[in-house]
Amino acid sequence: MARMKFLCDSERCIECNGCVTACKNENEVPWGVNRRRVVTLNDGVVGAEKSISVACMHCSDAPCMAVCPVDCFYRTDDGVVLHDKDLCIGCGYCFYACPFGAPQFPQAGAFGLRGKMDKCTFCAGGPEPDRSEAEFQKYGRNRLAEGKLPACAEMCSTKALLGGDGDVIADIYRERVTRRGRGAEVWGWGTAYGPAPKQGATK
Amino acid sequence: MRPATAIVAVVLAAFVLAACGEREQVAEGKRTYQGKRDTKSWDNEPLDYALNHGSKWSKGDEAGWEQQIKQRQLTQNEYQRIGR
Repeated sequence: MARMKFLCDSERCIECNGCVTACKNENEVPWGVNRRRVVTLNDGVVGAEKSISVACMHCSDAPCMAVCPVDCFYRTDDGVVLHDKDLCIGCGYCFYACPFGAPQFPQAGAFGLRGKMDKCTFCAGGPEPDRSEAEFQKYGRNRLAEGKLPACAEMCSTKALLGGDGDVIADIYRERVTRRGRGAEVWGWGTAYGPAPKQGATK
Repeated sequence: MRPATAIVAVVLAAFVLAACGEREQVAEGKRTYQGKRDTKSWDNEPLDYALNHGSKWSKGDEAGWEQQIKQRQLTQNEYQRIGR
């Protein structure tokens, strides 16, 4: 069974924002909501600048699921964390719980009233009939149901952003690190998916 | 101490100390999804595009869908695309 994960290679990300644009376009995400964004550390410092593409990481033990007061989150069989917008009350607890700042809230009226939470779906839609108009309107395109991967990862020009089954993309990354001989650190993986199993550990 | 005073003192103490109890604040493991059921990704017919590009999965075929996704993932490895 595949366990869908994202992996961002900070050695390769060139801050082109292609992933952001692909996500916006594919899912027709409204103005003011950014399911994916590129964060640059040490901006302008020669040799120390690193960029990372950040969105919902679909955590193994997702804190958003633990804090939601209306239990609108669920995890699919392939490890994607999704939510039911018909249940969401826009309280914002998930935003405070998320270590990646993934949950987004569209402004839904005057006085800063918040709408229902919106976040990256790993291009897997939501709890509406797959590939239906209702699903697209609420959650965006369901590419997984079309046998495709998230648009952000597939559109990444330098293949800094990898998306898919954790084992497969880890193998791709491992080969890459072996070839270039540096940059083995994977940003956010420890936070999202827990520490890597120790070498030689039993069970 | 008179019995009435003692009873009042005990009741008062129980009332005041009730706030000192520690209740479980974490609902981990007890959460259940309350929303609509979602369909599985592989419970869909592949699009004509996918079929025309060598896809071999059919509705309900989980293994076939996973194979299709795996093929797609491997295209992210440019070392395999351009040769070693």
